[in-house]
Amino acid sequence: MNAAYEKIVGGKSGLTGLLVLAVLLLLVFPLSLDIFRLNLVGKYLAYAFVAVGLVLCWGYGGILSLGQGVFFGLGGYCMAMFLKLEASDPISTKIQSTPGIPDFMDWNQITELPAMWQPFHSFSFTLLAVLAVPVLLALVIGLAMFKRRVGDVYFSIVTQAISAILSILIIGQQGLTGGVNGITDLKTLMGWDIRTDSAKLILYFLSAGLLILCILLGRFILTSKLGRLLMAMRDKEERVRFSGYDVASFKIFVFCIAAMFAAIGGAMFTLQVGFMSPSFVGIVPSIEMVIYAAVGGRMSLLGAVYGTLLVNFGKSYFSETFPELWLFLMGGLFIAVVMYFPNGLAGVYDKQSKRLLAWLGSRKSATAAAPNVIAEKTAAEKSDKSGIDIINLEASK
Amino acid sequence: MSNAPIGFASTDHPVLAIEDLTVSFDGFKAVDGLNLYVQRNEVRVVIGPNGAGKTTVLDLICGKTSATSGSIRFNNHELTKMSEHAIVRVGVGRKFQTPSIYENLSVFENLEMSFPRGRKVLGALLFKRSPDVVERVETVAAEIFLREHLYTQADLLSHGQKQWLEIGMLLMQEPELLMLDEPVAGMSVSEREKTAQLLGRISVGRSVVVIEHDMEFVKSIAHKVTVLHQGKILAEGSMETVQNDPRVIDVYLGH
Repeated sequence: MNAAYEKIVGGKSGLTGLLVLAVLLLLVFPLSLDIFRLNLVGKYLAYAFVAVGLVLCWGYGGILSLGQGVFFGLGGYCMAMFLKLEASDPISTKIQSTPGIPDFMDWNQITELPAMWQPFHSFSFTLLAVLAVPVLLALVIGLAMFKRRVGDVYFSIVTQAISAILSILIIGQQGLTGGVNGITDLKTLMGWDIRTDSAKLILYFLSAGLLILCILLGRFILTSKLGRLLMAMRDKEERVRFSGYDVASFKIFVFCIAAMFAAIGGAMFTLQVGFMSPSFVGIVPSIEMVIYAAVGGRMSLLGAVYGTLLVNFGKSYFSETFPELWLFLMGGLFIAVVMYFPNGLAGVYDKQSKRLLAWLGSRKSATAAAPNVIAEKTAAEKSDKSGIDIINLEASK
Repeated sequence: MSNAPIGFASTDHPVLAIEDLTVSFDGFKAVDGLNLYVQRNEVRVVIGPNGAGKTTVLDLICGKTSATSGSIRFNNHELTKMSEHAIVRVGVGRKFQTPSIYENLSVFENLEMSFPRGRKVLGALLFKRSPDVVERVETVAAEIFLREHLYTQADLLSHGQKQWLEIGMLLMQEPELLMLDEPVAGMSVSEREKTAQLLGRISVGRSVVVIEHDMEFVKSIAHKVTVLHQGKILAEGSMETVQNDPRVIDVYLGH
């Protein structure tokens, strides 16, 4: 039992970091933000699932996927298909030439619900599909790439191509997917109106809870022998292979896990935002997701969450204030992080906290740990936008 | 325990039988119709000038390079048709020319990584450091003179200790065939002596194939020496026979 605590929670320091994040997500944000802002944070948290997955597969596994938007999108689309069918009951669509099918199908002269859509009447099938479809695609990509020893930059390019292909495919198959507009006007989940404030609050807490679960699962993987193997493979792939390990199977596993996390994020995104479109699938969103992980620290599961929040707060602030400058700022940020802070916010935090501890130690003041925790808590209390930066620096461990 | 060259007299089947092995890279035959047999308890040293194909032979055995033609039989397995990790699992261990260890892990963790359990995804997720793992790691660490350094991070070891650590990682796998590419490169004289003793001990019950340039070291460990030249065997036999072979002197040892 104690071993499991050490393993999953990461002992005392891991627990502190996790608690700070939990307090921030489950108490500070809900208490201090209005429902509109909170819903926005919930949307960012949906992206954070992708970033947490990227920490596993990129940070630890050395597999840089530039196609995580594919899995995010597939998870989101699976959820959107279910919600769209529910929103397209024959009564509310009676003005269509074919009532009972999604509106965009009617606009595209489709007169019967396509076979691909049929199973999405069932919620349990949908939940399964949210996880299984992206994971199966990741499995196929993984088998095709890693078994043939396609790696490094070639793998990144292939995943980028796949994200371009999928977004083009979705846009092209307008009658089946809603095309460039995506699947919109989602209303209820099994009769429960997801557009109300109370639903948004519940969905926010669901996202935050699932995200923390994913982080715990990530920690379980990283602290197991498999986690050490991932790092060993990243640095000395040949040695691992000639120690009797099928390197490809481990890469496929971690890539599938990252795909699964991204898919959960996609489904939560659809539920909270009320639509899904190809603009979350293509190359640009996929690269943005890598930037979240890079800014937060690609070796830190918690850092990835802070990185996602920071970049997205920055994005909404700057794109409102200097819309034309935002993309340049984003590019500059990525370059700066790669050049000066290769371990992102988590790396900065590690360094600064060590310095702080050393400084406190040299002053021989009270125990070093206690003021540190208080500093974190007070910083976490300031949850207005200007405070985010401080929180990130303080708590990105 | 005797250090006598058992390989000569042994009448049982060879552990490793390489027959008509050829590999050609764009028409260049790095290994050309090679025949090589290694017995149990034998330490075989492969020598030869640069580019003779020594490392390529090891690459072929461990599956890093695939053969153009010919066969490599290890016990009852045809290695030319197997993947690298499967070859390791049937009992072939390979040490690389430059020490290949996990620098940011401790000696203990390095050895543990090679413990032959939890080699699949699920097994690795649920792997536990049980008492038998600890015991095995400690035994091997003592064998490779790193008993006192179990919790040292591997990149803090000396070059020679890193070489031993990699040998130790192979021993963790309990291989029947151990292949070492230049194990004493960069070692001090005393480290070389210790390595020679180590090889003597670990060859009991298994076969060891060593590539080495240091003739003094070769003399101290070899039961039998194979001289490669341009992908073919130039001479084979005891150290003494090989050393006095005029062709070997001509192409490799010098006058």
